[in-house]
Amino acid sequence: MATALALVFFYAPIDADQGLSQKIFYIHVPIALTSYACFGWGAAKAFLHLWKRSPGADLESYAAIHQGVIFGALTLVTGSIWARISWGHWWTWSSNQLVTFLILFLFYSAYFMLRYSVEPGPARANMCAVYALFGVVLIPVSWFSIRLANDFIHPTVFTTDGPQMSGSMFLAFCASWVGLLAMAGTMYRVELAGKRLDERLRELRELLA
Amino acid sequence: MSTGEKYVAAAYLVVFVAVLAWVAIIGSKLSRLERDVDELTELARRRLEREPEQGRVEVG
Repeated sequence: MATALALVFFYAPIDADQGLSQKIFYIHVPIALTSYACFGWGAAKAFLHLWKRSPGADLESYAAIHQGVIFGALTLVTGSIWARISWGHWWTWSSNQLVTFLILFLFYSAYFMLRYSVEPGPARANMCAVYALFGVVLIPVSWFSIRLANDFIHPTVFTTDGPQMSGSMFLAFCASWVGLLAMAGTMYRVELAGKRLDERLRELRELLA
Repeated sequence: MSTGEKYVAAAYLVVFVAVLAWVAIIGSKLSRLERDVDELTELARRRLEREPEQGRVEVG
């Protein structure tokens, strides 16, 4: 992350059109892509749970979706800050990209309401896995909505012709994304270790009681 | 500080604060787990003192 920050602020040039505020791009877009990756990972684990009944896949799916929601919230906040300086509004309902991302975020936020409203057990794991799989459909919808609907408000940087930015900007972007993916991976592993430890301690408590 | 600089600083600060909050939450969770482990260790020790013969295996 330190390398990414150095590249963003000292290597990547200042955008001729947006000026310094374009630097938000290097944090906002990688965070959004990381949240997509977390939701995708959560759905993959949910699929594994339903298909192969892999032990622990339900908990792994939950931890990944939790990370996705954290990164999703950060996407919305950093996006709003960027929108305020670029468009003069904190939020606009006319942008398909923004609205579909908000729907995706709210859908996965509701996952926790479902999870904590059902008694722990196989039934809850199955319900959560099906829910997580339904949500993953919204990721391509969110990604392609801007391209399919000719959204003029939200800029499209990644087109079929490749990234619409200079090589140094793309390098800074990639470094930032790699850093954030590594951070999300670490957070995922730490949270998972904590949850597993919690479960084992609960079992131990029951055995000793 | 220009307006652009303020907004860029705000965006990066939000992410930094979120990571800091997450570290603080994980830190408090670790402390709770440590307390739980201490409590269970104490419980196991007391049980062993109460039932010393149960854990022993008769030889010969």
